[in-house]
Amino acid sequence: MKTWSSILAAAAIALASSTAVYAARTDIVLGLPLEPPHLDPTAGAAAAIDEVGYANIFEGLTRIGSKGEVLPDLAESWTISEDGKVYTFKLHTGVKFHDGSEFNADDVKFSLDRARAENSTNAQKALFAQIDTVEVVDPATVKVTLKQPQGAFLYNMGWGDAVIVAPESAETNKDKPVGTGPFKFVNWAKGSSITIEKNADYWGEPVYLDKAEFRIIPDAAAAVPALLSGDVQAFANVGLGDALAQVESDPRFKVVIGSTEGETILSTNNKKPPFDNLKVRQAIAHALNREEIIKGASSGLGTPIGSHFSPGNAAYVDLTGTYPHDIAKAKALMKEAGLENGFKATLKMPPPAYARDGGQIIASQLKEIGIELELIPVEWADWLKQVFTDKDYDLTIISHVEPNDIGIYARKDYYFQYDNPAFDKVMAELDVTADEAKRNELYGQAQKILADDAVNGFLFQLPKIGVWDAKIEGMWENTPTPAFDLTKVKWVD
Amino acid sequence: MTAFLLKRLLIGLATLLVASMVVFGVMEVLPGDPALLMLGMNASPDALESLRQQMGLNDPVVIRYVHWIGGLAIGDFGRSYTYSSPVIELIGERAAVSLPLAIMSLVLSTVIAIPVGLYSASRRGRLSDTLAMGTAQVGVAIPNFWFALLLIYVFAVWLRLVPAGGFPGWGAGIWPGIKSLILPAVALALPQAAILARVTRSALLEVLGEDYIRTARAKGMPRSAVLWRHALRNAMIPVLTILGLQFAFLLAGTIIIENVFYLPGLGRLIFQAITQRDLIVVEGVVMLLVATVVVVNLLVDLAYALVDPRLRVRT
Repeated sequence: MKTWSSILAAAAIALASSTAVYAARTDIVLGLPLEPPHLDPTAGAAAAIDEVGYANIFEGLTRIGSKGEVLPDLAESWTISEDGKVYTFKLHTGVKFHDGSEFNADDVKFSLDRARAENSTNAQKALFAQIDTVEVVDPATVKVTLKQPQGAFLYNMGWGDAVIVAPESAETNKDKPVGTGPFKFVNWAKGSSITIEKNADYWGEPVYLDKAEFRIIPDAAAAVPALLSGDVQAFANVGLGDALAQVESDPRFKVVIGSTEGETILSTNNKKPPFDNLKVRQAIAHALNREEIIKGASSGLGTPIGSHFSPGNAAYVDLTGTYPHDIAKAKALMKEAGLENGFKATLKMPPPAYARDGGQIIASQLKEIGIELELIPVEWADWLKQVFTDKDYDLTIISHVEPNDIGIYARKDYYFQYDNPAFDKVMAELDVTADEAKRNELYGQAQKILADDAVNGFLFQLPKIGVWDAKIEGMWENTPTPAFDLTKVKWVD
Repeated sequence: MTAFLLKRLLIGLATLLVASMVVFGVMEVLPGDPALLMLGMNASPDALESLRQQMGLNDPVVIRYVHWIGGLAIGDFGRSYTYSSPVIELIGERAAVSLPLAIMSLVLSTVIAIPVGLYSASRRGRLSDTLAMGTAQVGVAIPNFWFALLLIYVFAVWLRLVPAGGFPGWGAGIWPGIKSLILPAVALALPQAAILARVTRSALLEVLGEDYIRTARAKGMPRSAVLWRHALRNAMIPVLTILGLQFAFLLAGTIIIENVFYLPGLGRLIFQAITQRDLIVVEGVVMLLVATVVVVNLLVDLAYALVDPRLRVRT
């Protein structure tokens, strides 16, 4: 009898422990190729800051969803005045920051005022430029008055740079981020990993994961064994190069090729002769063979673009046919420009592989129409100084990763040195238009102007290469805004 | 001996001072604006200006140098621009990985190299010598990142004995910490051991050709006793020199291995700081490394004196 009971007990224990084994996992280790310099999304441009914190730790009035749509976040709802200038946000109540302090309208006012203050170091200060006043109506209502109607205002408030922070913790968020999100910051072992855990007091829908660790793995050669050994279960975006095929063929992993907001372009100095001549820029556009460039510079994964706009966006217009690959036509245009004997120019290449590989291919393509390119590899800091700040360049290759950034073409001091009043007019109109259909039409016009003007060589949209364990669900397929949103991520059997 | 030490210390201090000027000067002429790097391409000019002001980048060069060197003198390394934490803390965290790793690889390479060198020298020209030195030649030639990847695939992916990379931190316990450093230490140690074994062998062979060795043998001393007591001791000087150089390299020159194993070591800290133009971190780490090299060289000099009494008298 005694034996029986102990056997039964043993069986019960075995059963209990085996069900425990089969219960879905609730922890995850994600590979992070670039370590964030700090963790405060309101004080830096590095995408890695948002990749860790956006939607996980920090939340804004609105947020950007996985398809680039604007969703309510800390603001439950809002009303917009007739003239489009006054936004009244109704906030969620019962929301707490991770340090236990209450979230209310004062925090919203504090965050927005801080971001647009004179001594603000917000990397995207322009997002807040149209705000005239921020008023606290009651603890759950905030009224934002704009200087003039701004169509993109709700979208702007969804950026990582516009998240809501508390006055008590704003200064220490760089090291110890405190937000209202479904995950709490636990620990940052610098150079090694960042750990977050489930926020038990979260106001909204609870997350599936109990714990998530971002492990910093800068080397692509290290990423593959990390995945294969099971040390790391997911990479939201990773350049694996030739090893991608190896991982793709392994049934344990899911490989998802999505798109990013990164328009990869052959930036051209539009004020510097001979690039100030439209015919020369058109000739270059005809001489470029996107297919070859994509094959060589992005493992064939990028999507061709014909203007500065993301193909994933609803307002996207396919303009890749504006100047099709046509050497004869390109040569004819060079001749019309009086440059049938070609000319010499430089192409500065920042460190990313797409730029270094793409540069070589472009140099050989432009050689066919007599343009001799000197390839100059530059370090990132050098690129920012020489090309971006001093505008000392002819051509360069770079991916513009900020979402919805076609507006940079209206900035006179921007390094493209592009100046077209017709384009500026469209942008100005866009700024005061809130109607979605009308906005899309204006975006279309803007794309067309840039394509026709061949401002830059428009190459391809940078792909997002996601690799994760086949049992993981809920990862973002695309990157409409820099984020590794873990709020819907779970393990399934 | 005291005079010797004093002299070496003074030379060391002078080296540090010169190095500080060179490091500061180089970082000064290096193009790139740390503020722009932090705020990115869409940053507005006034946000940039505010940040530069906060970082103290608008002060004149001399003021900043004096400020920095004065801080160093009292042990204040300053605050990192990007990480916004004290530089000394960052260095401490990284040294907690790099130092044990360097010591582990150094011990490992010595333990392998000296016996192999001894064995080869004592069997000069025989098949076993050729084999040992041939293997060492391969060890020198193999790129260490390739060897590291090989180790990872065998021991982490296939056998799953150790993690493929990363460092759990000493807070997780001594053993998990050491476990994560085993493969990197082996990957670093083998090429070093190969070099060291070759140096040991050739140094021994040179000594073995000396008259006093023949004398020792002639008076009937056994081969092994001659090798251990007379030859090895005299062959130690080049070996110690190489060991000193290797230790300095192992502390911060291991960026490739740190990347392959994604270890948060000093090599990666300095690399990251340079690309981010986090000048104050670069300067701090480099100064610390210079200081380490100075100290290691001092120790090597002392060790020379230990193995070779003549050097004690001369100074």
